[in-house]
Amino acid sequence: MLWGKTSGQKLGAAVIELDNLGYNYGGGELLSGVSVKLAPGSFHFLTGPSGAGKTTLLKLCYGALTPTSGRVRAFNMDVKGLDRDQMALLRRRVGVVHQDCRFLDHLPVIENIALPLTVSGRDLGQEEANLRELLNWVGLADRSDALPPELSGGERQRAALARSVILSPDVIIADEPTGNVDWEMSQRLLQLLVELNRMGKTILVATHDLSLIRAAKNQVQARVLRIWDRQLHLAGADL
Amino acid sequence: MSSDSFAGHLKTLIIGDVQADRVVPPSGFTAQLTLFAAGAMAFLAVFALALSLASGRLADRWADELARAATLRINAPAEQRAAQTEAALKILRQTPGVASARAFTADEQAALLAPWFGAGVPLDALPVPQLIEVIEDDPGYDATGLRLRLQAEVPGAVLDDHTRWREPLVEAAHSLRLLAVVSILLIAGAMGAMITLAANAALAANAQVIEVLRLVGAQDGYIAQAFIRRFTLRALSGAAVGMAFGMLGVWLMPAASDEGGFLTGLGFQGFGWLLPLAIPLLGALVAYVATTRAAKKRLGDLT
Repeated sequence: MLWGKTSGQKLGAAVIELDNLGYNYGGGELLSGVSVKLAPGSFHFLTGPSGAGKTTLLKLCYGALTPTSGRVRAFNMDVKGLDRDQMALLRRRVGVVHQDCRFLDHLPVIENIALPLTVSGRDLGQEEANLRELLNWVGLADRSDALPPELSGGERQRAALARSVILSPDVIIADEPTGNVDWEMSQRLLQLLVELNRMGKTILVATHDLSLIRAAKNQVQARVLRIWDRQLHLAGADL
Repeated sequence: MSSDSFAGHLKTLIIGDVQADRVVPPSGFTAQLTLFAAGAMAFLAVFALALSLASGRLADRWADELARAATLRINAPAEQRAAQTEAALKILRQTPGVASARAFTADEQAALLAPWFGAGVPLDALPVPQLIEVIEDDPGYDATGLRLRLQAEVPGAVLDDHTRWREPLVEAAHSLRLLAVVSILLIAGAMGAMITLAANAALAANAQVIEVLRLVGAQDGYIAQAFIRRFTLRALSGAAVGMAFGMLGVWLMPAASDEGGFLTGLGFQGFGWLLPLAIPLLGALVAYVATTRAAKKRLGDLT
């Protein structure tokens, strides 16, 4: 299971660290004084009301947005100091699952899942067994040649999850991965994320689905972070 | 860029990467626009090149043929014409810088007049001056000194060293060549502009693809390469077709002849036929530069 490996790199206290982060949007302050450390192998949920800035916070973590103030450190590197090529390399170490999945609709599922391998210059012929194993793991072995528009919501999310782990990243960030799927499928996706966490991956999941968080608490030790009034809080037992 | 990395870059550009090529979907109208623009521009470039070469040859020929020759005209009454001709020839033979001097025969003078008066001109009945062909040596003669001497010793002699009409002709031919070169540059510029527009359209149409590629860790060079390779190869193939049609057009033009004058000499000669082969390569280079700049700018705007 090559995609389940961790990098083995000696990491500091945190794989991703947000330090007193602020982000302004549309003339207003969306996030302010946000500080958090994601330890290696930890599992975090990020919750909060719609429009609170969950997706923004995730994007700040993998460098898709630049903070207005404060600092983002990933793998002991200041993200702000990375050039464009270094940023691309950082993104190979952070697997991202978007709510809308973002596939290339002209490529079949297997090629979409293999996209991180393709762009990093790997020979897909040598990765075939690894790819098939991953498709089996997410339950899409019989859908490998389908085009993304032909997939159901749950299949799309599983394919997106498979794509996010194909390069065996250290961190997996998922934005509302269960937003468009039924309860049964959300439990299956949760199970896959828990399995990845048990392999040593750091997981950060943004969700407004509190039942998902409750279900996860039975399977994994997860911290729940809540964005409220522009700031990040550690959620209590009321969840 | 070192020679090794340049060679690697060129190899990637030519051979490509099947997987990488599939990542960007084929773009319909921009592909056709690039092919058409490259083909049309290459077609025009072939004619501009032919014009440039032909006017260059013409300028050289006029300059070479006329620069070393002069004509001495003896305008004298019939009874003095032979004596003045002989006197002029004697002076010319003594003049330093004159390689040779020869009086035209009656038949040669009749042949010169034939285009205007028809064959069999009765030269005896016409007040036609005697013409002497003067071939200059290297270094040439002193035209002013020769004129003064002829004026004193051969009153009917008029020296025409062709300067009066040779220089404007050569200048016109040079201007024509310059115009053709400027045309080629303009064609390359227009092609670059069109390909830039097409590349920008393709990059805009594939904004979502580019965003996904960035998100999964693609570096700018990888993304740009997919577009650069596509546009470069399209320009190369379009320009090759345009060049082929252009060369066919030039080949079908009438061959150079004295009767047809300058227009019939508009073509390639000898190794000149190989020069248009550079046009598709130039087109590909223009496309490469235009797409690289467009991709760099577009990708630079993304996070």
